[in-house]
Amino acid sequence: MQEKYVLRLYITGKTPRSEMAISMLRRICDEDFKGQYQLNVIDILEHPQLAEDEKILATPTLIKVLPQPLRRIIGDLSNREKVLFGLDLHPYPTQGDS
Amino acid sequence: MASPLQPIEKLRIGIPGFDSIADGGLPQGRMTLVAGSAGSGKTIFAAQFLATGIIEQGQAGVFVTFEETPAEVRKNLISLGWPIQEWEANNQWVFVDVSPQPGEDTVIIGDYDLGALLARIEHAIKKVGASRLAMDTISAIFAQFQDTRIIRRELHRIASALKQMGITAVMTAERIEEYGEIARYGVEEFVADNVIIIRNVLEEEKRRRTLEILKFRGTSHKKGEFPFTIAPGEGIVIIPLSAIELKQRSSNVRISSGNADMDQMCGGGFFRDAIILVSGATGTGKTLMTTEFIAGGTKNDERCLLFAYEESRDQLFRNATGWGIDYEKMEEEGKLRVVCTYPEVASLEDHLIRIKSEIESFQPNRVAIDSLSALERISTFKSYREFVLGITSFIKDRETAGLFTSTTPALLGGTSITEAHISTITDSIIILRYVEIFGEMRRGLTVLKMRGSSHDKGIREFVIDGQGMHIGKAFRNIAGILSGNIVHIESSINDNRLGGMFQED
Repeated sequence: MQEKYVLRLYITGKTPRSEMAISMLRRICDEDFKGQYQLNVIDILEHPQLAEDEKILATPTLIKVLPQPLRRIIGDLSNREKVLFGLDLHPYPTQGDS
Repeated sequence: MASPLQPIEKLRIGIPGFDSIADGGLPQGRMTLVAGSAGSGKTIFAAQFLATGIIEQGQAGVFVTFEETPAEVRKNLISLGWPIQEWEANNQWVFVDVSPQPGEDTVIIGDYDLGALLARIEHAIKKVGASRLAMDTISAIFAQFQDTRIIRRELHRIASALKQMGITAVMTAERIEEYGEIARYGVEEFVADNVIIIRNVLEEEKRRRTLEILKFRGTSHKKGEFPFTIAPGEGIVIIPLSAIELKQRSSNVRISSGNADMDQMCGGGFFRDAIILVSGATGTGKTLMTTEFIAGGTKNDERCLLFAYEESRDQLFRNATGWGIDYEKMEEEGKLRVVCTYPEVASLEDHLIRIKSEIESFQPNRVAIDSLSALERISTFKSYREFVLGITSFIKDRETAGLFTSTTPALLGGTSITEAHISTITDSIIILRYVEIFGEMRRGLTVLKMRGSSHDKGIREFVIDGQGMHIGKAFRNIAGILSGNIVHIESSINDNRLGGMFQED
């Protein structure tokens, strides 16, 4: 199926903060949106121009590209509830259909 | 890239006047904080630091903008004559845009750093091979992230990374009060090695801009506040007053004052590089002396520049014609340039810049300012003093003759502020006075001072007619002309009056 959630995580190298953010985000996605998400992790040290284009200032920065609206979360994502709330994401109820 | 054991090198940054008050420039490879209140000229300083690098030394620069977008910066700076877009195309100037993105929600969860900003800055530096960097203004980032502790830590990291790359950097920060904390968040100054404060103070209803170097870690600089102005097409121009050195040479060549009697009183004319102050009440003949001074110059094929602050061009030309002097012809021959300005149209600093640039472009042998004291009314005591010193030393430096007039507030006697300021640095002082004798106003003059030469010490009467000024004999039997308390010496009064009566009959 097509991904409903498109997320981009910008990090700077393998710092403890980067590791923390990646593992937190993968866990949340796997638990709540399994099979419905696409996550790109972008290392700014390797692709500084991408950070320039997206005007990334702090790291880690998570950008929710889809669904709209665009959202940014800065930090190591160490609080699961706040991440879900901040991304404005609600896992689809299992029994529901359109 | 100075190692810690070497003395700190300075980078000439090229902002006019700055390098002389900074004893050579900004410490190279270090971070300098430029703190100032809103509207003090921080962004201009930051941008000019890069612009002069490009124009004068071909050094590329990175501009990190935290508050305005690059488009806004480009637009705001176009009036200063900096083609930023062109420089960007030539890889001499590159923006790192950290300005807030409108309409985007940002949430902060957990710990973070500014690694992305540092990576972008490093990327930009490599891209153009920059040696200068400006950050404007870091206060915006404190507002955005709130956690002062993290931002301070991260700015430190950026500063030390820049230092390792040998980048000379300028970082601006906001201040709330002109005389108070160095910067708004109280931590900005700890990130930088050097601190500069720019002020825009309201003093007696007049704005006065100054720049002060507060500290240069490990190296010297001039102390105190220096006035500056922001000139169109130029940017910040600092007036380095106390950095003025008394190194003028002295000439023995005499030039004509334009009046043979006056030349005689001065022992053969003024010196070629003298500053002459002509002081007197309104209507005593100061403008006439100025006019003759100019005519005397053009007669010898000297170039003359006249700044007039009291009369319009038409009035000046008509006056001159009345004394048999043809300004129009002189202008046509390229020997004369007349600059008429109303004092109120600009600040004193702007007038000073204008005068300097006129002198530089016209390259005169003689400069006359009629009157210098007209500029008193648009300034505070302090800035007027600085202005007078600045203009005098500039003219002296060029070994040009300068004649300034000064209007005394009282009709009889008295001195003006101008006299108090420049009497010690002028070479000659000529005083014009009204002399009241038996219900009649006559005019008298004296050469009070004539540095390096003997001169006539008498107070002589002079008359003005269609040919100009004619200096006659010294006043006799009268005392107190200069102070304005004229006393007639008794015994001779009778003689004079008797003589007069007999003549009348």
